[in-house]
Amino acid sequence: MKDFSAPAIHIFFKDSHSELRTRYAMNALLMFVVTALALVLFSVGNEVVGTDVLSGILWVIIFFSGMSGLSRTFVSEEERGTVVTLQLLSRPTSVLLGKLLFNFVLILSLNVLIAVLYLLMVSRFVILTPSIFWVTIFLGSCSLASSSTIIAAIIAKANTKGTLYPVLSFPIMLPLLLTVMNATRLSTEGAAFSEAFGEFQILVSYTVVVITVSILLFSFVWKD
Amino acid sequence: MKHVTFSAESLKKEFNRRVIFDAISFSLHEGESFVIAGRNGSGKSTLVKILCGLLSPTRGSVRVNVEGKEVAPDLLFRYIGLISPHFNMYEEFSGIENLTLFGKIRGLENNIVHDAEELLRQFNIFERRNDEVRTYSSGMKQRLKFAAALLHRPEILVMDEPTSNLDEEGIATVRFVMEQQRQRGILIIATNEKDDLKYADSILNLDEQRPAKSSS
Repeated sequence: MKDFSAPAIHIFFKDSHSELRTRYAMNALLMFVVTALALVLFSVGNEVVGTDVLSGILWVIIFFSGMSGLSRTFVSEEERGTVVTLQLLSRPTSVLLGKLLFNFVLILSLNVLIAVLYLLMVSRFVILTPSIFWVTIFLGSCSLASSSTIIAAIIAKANTKGTLYPVLSFPIMLPLLLTVMNATRLSTEGAAFSEAFGEFQILVSYTVVVITVSILLFSFVWKD
Repeated sequence: MKHVTFSAESLKKEFNRRVIFDAISFSLHEGESFVIAGRNGSGKSTLVKILCGLLSPTRGSVRVNVEGKEVAPDLLFRYIGLISPHFNMYEEFSGIENLTLFGKIRGLENNIVHDAEELLRQFNIFERRNDEVRTYSSGMKQRLKFAAALLHRPEILVMDEPTSNLDEEGIATVRFVMEQQRQRGILIIATNEKDDLKYADSILNLDEQRPAKSSS
């Protein structure tokens, strides 16, 4: 296990240091979040919108924000010509786990920021069961990171990366998005924590299945 | 010196039904060197990628034995050092940061910083070790690639166009590295420089290997 985890942790630190220096994904994600939130506020205005719709809008913002930055983890390696460098340094599984960890930390930080801003700016969006809401944000981030990482690895080899990423991601993430929207709606309706167990089980299962399939497929994607 | 065997068996590569090379077989032992010669576009870099496990051949296989044990294909990277135009450094990091990062990802347990500094001295870029790689000249980047490829003291060193972008002093250092590698392991060079041929115990000329027509 250490054979896989130690290189994965160093790849995660490499990506984190690189991102802190270049701020490529971070700036794109933050700009998207601010723009999307501003658009939602302007479009909703004084309209009376139900909490189920507001839950959906929150996850639409999260989904498209992720789409604008999560592919960078593999696309940047292709653009810089450092894919061969990583191939020569470590096993494919370590690279996948390192990139997955980086995407998870990035999307979790982003989702917490979006959730806090959304709660502050959209007055009608009130959470009555915070435990359901924050567990949904955490598990949703795990699921989003797992699926977006393997999709990013696949599209990094393509010529039309920008358009392909959301197009490929949407059908794969649809079950996940429906589940997190439902769990968020439960948190706004004041449901008991146990009522959201079904949604949490789906999110955990989704993450486990996607990560397992990713580990099995990644070496074929990673090699030319 | 470890007992190392490197063998390629019946390698064939096709791209879109165009045969790049076919039926390439050779076997090397520690202390031997092998030169892959050929014109531009003859498939030298493709063959190098296959030998390093970065590309799958259409047919055939590459086998590496270290101390009598066959190395699994996904662990080949532990025994191979590659210098290639396709092998780039992280430009936002400094030279020493790149080398220490590579050592950590590889899981090297010895003193990585000390070894990295020694290599940077050997390739005469020690003074610029803390500068970002993006500020290096192409010759300095090529020297850094040599340092990165040698950091884990590979049993098999593969060089694709090793003297490109180097000045006379750099070329002399590369020649010294070639001599050193022949003492401690296997050296494979892909080149069209005639001067590099004198380091060959055996030569494969890909121009002579090129099939007359495409496969059906």
